[in-house]
Amino acid sequence: MPPILAFAETRGGELRKVAFEAVTAARQAADASGSGEVHAVMIGAPGLAGRAEDLGRHGADLTLVVEHPGLERYSPEVFAATLAERVKTTGYRAAFFTASAQGRDLAPRVAARLGISMASDVTGFELQGDTVVAQHPAYTGKVNVTLRLTGSPAIISLRPGFVTPAEQPRGTRVETLAPAMDPTTARVMVTELSQRSTTKLDLGEASIIVSGGRGLRAAENFKLVEDLADAIGNAAVGATRAVTDDGWRPPTDQIGQTGRLVSPDLYIAVGISGAIQHLAGMRTAKTIVAINKDKDAPIFKVANYGIVGDLFEIVPRLTDEIKKTRRG
Amino acid sequence: MQIAVCIKRVPDMELRFSIAADHKSLDPAGLKYEMGDFDGYALEVGLQLTEKQGGEVVIVSVGPDGVQETLRKGLAMGAARAVQLKADEVPVDGWAIAQALAAELTGGGWDLILFGRMATDTAHGTVGPMTAELLGLPCVTAISQLDVTGSSGTARRDLEGASESVQFPLPAVLTIDEGIARPRLASLKGIMAAKKKPLEVKPAQLGRPNLVVERMELPADRPPGRIIGEGPDAVPELLRLLQTEAKVL
Ligand SMILES: Cc1cc2nc3c(=O)[nH]c(=O)nc-3n(C[C@H](O)[C@H](O)[C@H](O)COP(=O)(O)OP(=O)(O)OC[C@H]3O[C@@H](n4cnc5c(N)ncnc54)[C@H](O)[C@@H]3O)c2cc1C
Ligand SMILES: Nc1ncnc2c1ncn2[C@@H]1O[C@H](COP(=O)(O)O)[C@@H](O)[C@H]1O
Repeated sequence: MPPILAFAETRGGELRKVAFEAVTAARQAADASGSGEVHAVMIGAPGLAGRAEDLGRHGADLTLVVEHPGLERYSPEVFAATLAERVKTTGYRAAFFTASAQGRDLAPRVAARLGISMASDVTGFELQGDTVVAQHPAYTGKVNVTLRLTGSPAIISLRPGFVTPAEQPRGTRVETLAPAMDPTTARVMVTELSQRSTTKLDLGEASIIVSGGRGLRAAENFKLVEDLADAIGNAAVGATRAVTDDGWRPPTDQIGQTGRLVSPDLYIAVGISGAIQHLAGMRTAKTIVAINKDKDAPIFKVANYGIVGDLFEIVPRLTDEIKKTRRG
Repeated sequence: MQIAVCIKRVPDMELRFSIAADHKSLDPAGLKYEMGDFDGYALEVGLQLTEKQGGEVVIVSVGPDGVQETLRKGLAMGAARAVQLKADEVPVDGWAIAQALAAELTGGGWDLILFGRMATDTAHGTVGPMTAELLGLPCVTAISQLDVTGSSGTARRDLEGASESVQFPLPAVLTIDEGIARPRLASLKGIMAAKKKPLEVKPAQLGRPNLVVERMELPADRPPGRIIGEGPDAVPELLRLLQTEAKVL
């Protein structure tokens, strides 16, 4: 079988978790459908090549390194041109991206340059002959759609978090690849990348999310939510649109139909009514806990465990009890 | 400024859906339609730009005659004219749709072509950047802030835990995230005026779809919600359940 390409996303010279998800998915697909090779591609400023080993550990047979001083930040045109050219000249069976902010920008450009269709944000897939059958939650998560994508290569972006990175060590070969165009001539330029926090977990990567709504009454009360997340450890903090609208939290913390879609193992909704647009973003969480003073709040219809009452009494108690169990 | 905004008609997501007998589509009975959420934001961005800098907004939609109602709503909000690219069925394949939009928009002298970050029904987010590639235009996706002056612009894109500032020349294709502008409500005057605004109907030059729906299913219902207690005294029981039943702590 022809090889499978996996785009390994980097930021600031480091591989992101989604890079290992893409390579793991490519390895699994290659193994499931014969014995094809996995080629991983990294693009960035000089110094990336040292990361190739990490991709090899996750199953890349070949790592292609595209380095240029002008590629310290994302450059949509250079990335798309370079990947499209590589796919064209090598003849891949499939090219895997993740549906991260960068992957969602990049994958459709590559597909269009190749003149082919693609499947976006998939949560499951199978290569079958010259088609791919892929799962994709659509209609704000209310409908599971199975799609059939015909043609080669199959361009797919994988929903972040749906593949668990797994180690399948290969001694990866490393080759350098020149960018298909001079980065200084690109029309679209990313002039600045501001990282909000390097320590805080991203909503998409957290297995536990504590989320706050208007019931918290004021920005400073979000401390209750943050303290709970800290006590749990490894938890991210989310919010409703009511909260991001009021500027209590940044817009990027918003979960829902027009915000982030998350499926953590545990979602704790604090002072959140459970409007349908909010449920659209978190309804697929494995376990949902709701704390709300109104026993008729719609959030209780989806909560595995609900507590009715004043969050200002319940949340501090929960934080304390968790701290106790962590200590003892 | 000449601004085109691509608008998709999508089902009202607050309604309960059921799947049609073919298991490949939604049962149309009882569906209501509206403008996609992000398309509403895109239209509002276009309207505000032309209000400040002059010019007009033209809205374009690929779909059956039912999209005319959505286009009239856009006209009522303030778009100058509308184009329906008529297709009895809208393919799920973003590449097929992008070809119809690019065929219509090519050579139109647009300064900006705006899309939603994604359609609220398909949730693909591919039509905008694909149309940009077909038109050979610079493209910035999922922007949550925008500043356009003269022949260039700057935008902000939110990433996971970070954001990017992006510079681009005009003409350009932009896809709009939430955050820049909430769509206005049409005024009565706007609704009256919309009835007289031009709405042109042309056949859609769709590409051949290579992405098709094989099956549609409703996700399994969650178990019914369960209230385990009231007030802070319920906390120990909650912890016990999270540790021993759900095994998530
Ligand atoms: C097109 C569109 C897109 C949207 N997209 C999103 C989206 O992506 N995400 C999103 O979240 N929303 C979205 N919304 C908004 C959504 O409809 C709701 O308005 C929003 O989710 C409500 O947020 P909330 O639950 O924080 O506030 P509210 O609905 O005001 O609920 C506050 C809750 O707190 C409870 N409460 C108050 N005080 C206490 C207390 N002391 N102790 C315990 N409980 C208390 C109340 O009982 C109430 O249930 C969208 C709306 C539209 C129209
Ligand atoms: N049938 C359509 N007619 C007009 N615009 C569309 C259509 N489908 C998608 N779009 C535009 O493309 C964006 C992204 O759609 P999608 O790639 O399907 O998520 C939408 O927000 C619209 O702006």
